[in-house]
Amino acid sequence: MTKRSTLAAPYQIFLVLFVVLPLVLILIYAFMDGNGGFTFSNFATFAGQPEAIKTFVYSIEVAVITTVLCLLLGYPAAYIMSNSQLNRSSITVILFILPMWINMLVRTLATVALFDFVRIPLGEGALIFGMVYNFLPFMIYPIYNILKKMDQSYIEAAQDLGASPRQVFFKVIIPLSMPGISSGVLMVFMPTISTFAIAELLTMNNIKLFGTTIQENINNGMWNYGAALALIMLVIIGITTVFADSSSNREEDAGGPI
Amino acid sequence: MKKFLAQAYIWLLLIILYAPIVIIAVFSFTEAKVMGNWTGFSTNLYSSLFTGGINSSLITAIINTISIALIAAMVSTALGTVAAIGIHNLRGWRRQAITFVNNIPMMNPDIITGISLFILFVTIGLTQGYLTVVLAHISFCTPYVVLSVMPRLTQMNPNVYEAALDLGATPMQALRKVIIPDIKPGMISGFILSFTLSIDDFAVTLFTKGNQGLETLSTYIYADARKGGLTPELRPLMTIIIFTVLLLLIIINIRSLKINKKLNEKNGKKVLV
Repeated sequence: MTKRSTLAAPYQIFLVLFVVLPLVLILIYAFMDGNGGFTFSNFATFAGQPEAIKTFVYSIEVAVITTVLCLLLGYPAAYIMSNSQLNRSSITVILFILPMWINMLVRTLATVALFDFVRIPLGEGALIFGMVYNFLPFMIYPIYNILKKMDQSYIEAAQDLGASPRQVFFKVIIPLSMPGISSGVLMVFMPTISTFAIAELLTMNNIKLFGTTIQENINNGMWNYGAALALIMLVIIGITTVFADSSSNREEDAGGPI
Repeated sequence: MKKFLAQAYIWLLLIILYAPIVIIAVFSFTEAKVMGNWTGFSTNLYSSLFTGGINSSLITAIINTISIALIAAMVSTALGTVAAIGIHNLRGWRRQAITFVNNIPMMNPDIITGISLFILFVTIGLTQGYLTVVLAHISFCTPYVVLSVMPRLTQMNPNVYEAALDLGATPMQALRKVIIPDIKPGMISGFILSFTLSIDDFAVTLFTKGNQGLETLSTYIYADARKGGLTPELRPLMTIIIFTVLLLLIIINIRSLKINKKLNEKNGKKVLV
């Protein structure tokens, strides 16, 4: 038995080389100046550039707005599709999932085509629409899955105990679907905060997002500064993941058997 | 009434979701420079796609995309399968550590994966091009292979392997004749997943393709759209991509339905579809 576990060794080496080491390198580069010495100056540069800060804050705003819109549009859709009284066929579910497999760039350009077609100029509206368009399926899918698996007897119990439909929805269904909501939020927020090409194409490069700033710096050979910005993004994503994890775990505990 | 409203909402969202795709497909059959103008039916955009001046770079990009995806998927499947067998037999902190690291590429946003690999290749002095793109793709595909093979190993009866050894099979023979056939479905879905992920990738490729002129389909589209927005030539190209993907998905779904049916029949269960 012990011998077969050595089969993991090549992959272990591969992971260290191509997953762990690159991330460590981002960390090292972020705290390194052009000559290889230790420095905080990359972060100081970021803090000292109002333009960069503005882009950073704006990107978070766009990501939050996109996530909230996806949740507001996606939750009812997931709820309707999971409810056997409102929707019997599974074809709608498949139709929502299919576009997830089409290349992101192609979908973004398709949105550009739609805006061209209805003669609405590209800009902030197109950006938000395009983001929601791209990531809505990623919100619907996890919520649908959790609602589909939900034990219907909880809802019946609440009804039997005299809860109004509104109370059933807000006190039973929403709390029980929290794990789906948090993974949906994560699946929408993470790509929106880190995207760069989508914003470029949807605004004809008029609006810059944080991802674009990072890409431009890396492209222009500003590796240390770019690595520092990438590290800032990693921290934001790490915080979001921890936050989403804890909220879903707590709800799981609360919703578990007594 | 409630049901009607609910259905109307769902179909409204779906219409919005599919409208851009339909518009692209319809307007790929007219030559108008401006999107939304209809200047008569024509398949010229399609023919110029493969015969015009851009044809050689486009065809090279398509060949690159497919060959990179094939190599990445094959290597990832081999590496991931062997790794999964190893991890399956690991215990304790080492197993936890490798599972944790295996999850990182799946959690990381593309841009971070791309930049981190870019910095790696720059640091070790590897010239970026075809090889680095393949290596990058293997690094984000293999975790998915590991994840699709692991459940198969867990379901496997461990005694069968031991029995093969007792009956005189060498470990290599036991691996080839006992373990591999059992985990094959996991390997196949890992391969398909890797292949699609590789074809679909844009951000990681962009950061690791270097500046020697290597293009894949997505970086080609990006470079083209960056220059002049949605150019007419992109419309037929996007239509072809979209419908190829949809066709493949339908084939894969039908296939997996059939496999499920067969499995259920074999196990004597009723088919619940």
